Amino acid sequence: MKSLGSIRRDFAPWNDPNAKPYIQFDNVTKKFGDFTAVNNLSLTIFEREFFALLGASGCGKSTLLRMLAGFEEPTAGRILLDGQDLRGIPPYRRPVNMMFQSYALFPHMTVENNIAFGLKQEGMPKPDIEKRVAEMLKLVKLEQFAKRKPHQLSGGQRQRVALARSVAKRPKVLLLDEPLGALDKKLREETQFELMDLQQELGLTFVVVTHDQEEAMTMADRIAIMDKGEVMQVATPAEVYEAPASRFVAHFVGNVNMFEGKVAERSANTTRITGASGAQIVVENGGAAAAANADIVFAIRPEKIKVSSKKPADAVNALEGEVYDVAYLGDMTVYHIRLDDGQIIRASALNAARVTEDPLTWNDRAWVSFRPDAGVVLAR
Amino acid sequence: MNATWSRFNVTSIVLGFAFLYLPIVLLIVFSFNESKLVTVWGGFSTKWYVSLFHNQGLMDATWVTARVGVISATVATVLGTLAALTLTRYTRFRGRVLFSGMVFAPLVMPEVITGLSLLLLFVAVGLDRGFFTVTLAHITLTMCFVAVVVQSRLVSFDRSLEEAAMDLGATPAKTFFQITLPVILPAIVSGWMLAFTLSLDDLVIASFTSGPGATTLPMKIYSQVRLGVTPEINAACTILIAVVAVGVIIASIANKRREVQRQLDEQAAQRG
Repeated sequence: MKSLGSIRRDFAPWNDPNAKPYIQFDNVTKKFGDFTAVNNLSLTIFEREFFALLGASGCGKSTLLRMLAGFEEPTAGRILLDGQDLRGIPPYRRPVNMMFQSYALFPHMTVENNIAFGLKQEGMPKPDIEKRVAEMLKLVKLEQFAKRKPHQLSGGQRQRVALARSVAKRPKVLLLDEPLGALDKKLREETQFELMDLQQELGLTFVVVTHDQEEAMTMADRIAIMDKGEVMQVATPAEVYEAPASRFVAHFVGNVNMFEGKVAERSANTTRITGASGAQIVVENGGAAAAANADIVFAIRPEKIKVSSKKPADAVNALEGEVYDVAYLGDMTVYHIRLDDGQIIRASALNAARVTEDPLTWNDRAWVSFRPDAGVVLAR
Repeated sequence: MNATWSRFNVTSIVLGFAFLYLPIVLLIVFSFNESKLVTVWGGFSTKWYVSLFHNQGLMDATWVTARVGVISATVATVLGTLAALTLTRYTRFRGRVLFSGMVFAPLVMPEVITGLSLLLLFVAVGLDRGFFTVTLAHITLTMCFVAVVVQSRLVSFDRSLEEAAMDLGATPAKTFFQITLPVILPAIVSGWMLAFTLSLDDLVIASFTSGPGATTLPMKIYSQVRLGVTPEINAACTILIAVVAVGVIIASIANKRREVQRQLDEQAAQRG
């Protein structure tokens, strides 16, 4: 079986036409005065899904999350949770909890009282609260910090308290607003995996807002890429990366090379493209964008491009140029190759072996080659 | 800490502090004067403190001042806090600029004018001048000070704390009493202390709005001084100074301790 990316995903309710949507945004618009933060947006999220809203700041992702939490009401459209219309329901009656970017821990309360706060509001009996708080402290490994105040904790510990507090009530949906934004890089990477494990363990639906594409790629089942209040693509991390729906998405996630060209010839399986300088490329499955004579771009990721000093004998697509820049990063090497038509191609090669035969250096002649299925054809 | 103590520096410091504190030191020293003549030193004695506590007029005035101070500071704190909340939370209502201007106008209004206009009002509505009117006047005077103190705290208040509380199921009222109020409480307490102090030493407005039977301590002292300064008044003032000084010192020590504790805690948290 073949699939995009290197992970087999067995959990994929979005491919099942009978799956019941859990959270539904129906043509939701939110305006602040003249500014449209969210523009006629529709989105479906499924139960137990880890869903990420990814976009630059100001793209409307946080507004979307705040509408789900009840801090903002949509100007138009509706939001359904488990079949229930959320309009008019105040935040304190919604079965969702949120973990705030600033953590928003109550400074005058101890860690355990912070975690117990939501349970007390529910009117849960005291012994049950104590039991649940102990359970939560264990879950985030903070048992010995129960009596501390938030300012007596490190950043990572505060983040865990915020997490424990937001899942203590067993909400139907947990909303996370840049949950790892304030942590340093190493801690962030560890915590990403912990969050994934936690979501599996609790069986909750997570909706996370982030501007960090690596974070979204690591954790999410599906990612919605947002720009200017609209969703550009909703897909699994592999689809977003390997089959971006537009130039915007291709540029937004990861690095990409773009060849501008025209469709010269289409057959059942392959499309031949003529580049601006006359170079020919053959690609598989051009898709809808590749109509005859259409102006298109061919997008290809750097690691799909092979760099060699001689033209590979079996290559379908091979272009000649010279090494413009090269950088050794340890795990991989990044090349910038200037093609003879002037375009600069970024290619990267995994350093799978310690010793490289026939290495390249600045200003060497070089060939770049790639397979017909290595990239995608996008509308221009 | 390596400043050289030049003659010029020493002189300016001595002169500056003398200018500020010499009158007060003189007053304290003469409160322990044996002699009945205020300006002639007749040996050390605490007899004026004893006679002070037998001076019914001064004791009554002290009691009035304390009650006016506590009641007016408390009411002013409630009103001032509400005004500060409105001004920081509802930034876009009609007439906000006018409202904030009106809240803060008494800060710069000459006290004579405030006192006179209040007097005119009380006469116009037929309120008998006395304890009640002084208290009302002091509420008017001190409310804006409380509003300023509380507002400056609210500006740096993280609104997501309230959102988090509501998100966890607390109604807006519960959120206010369980989250907002405890967090801004230190500012409210300093507001109350400021209001109490202002009420304590107000002479001008009290003179306008007070009536028979509700003479405050500053009024009493002022009227007695006009008949000639007695060592008793010196003793009363010394006690007043002591009360204020002790209050200020306790507040700053508590503040300092909290700050040091917080720094220690944060260092401990960094170490893990």
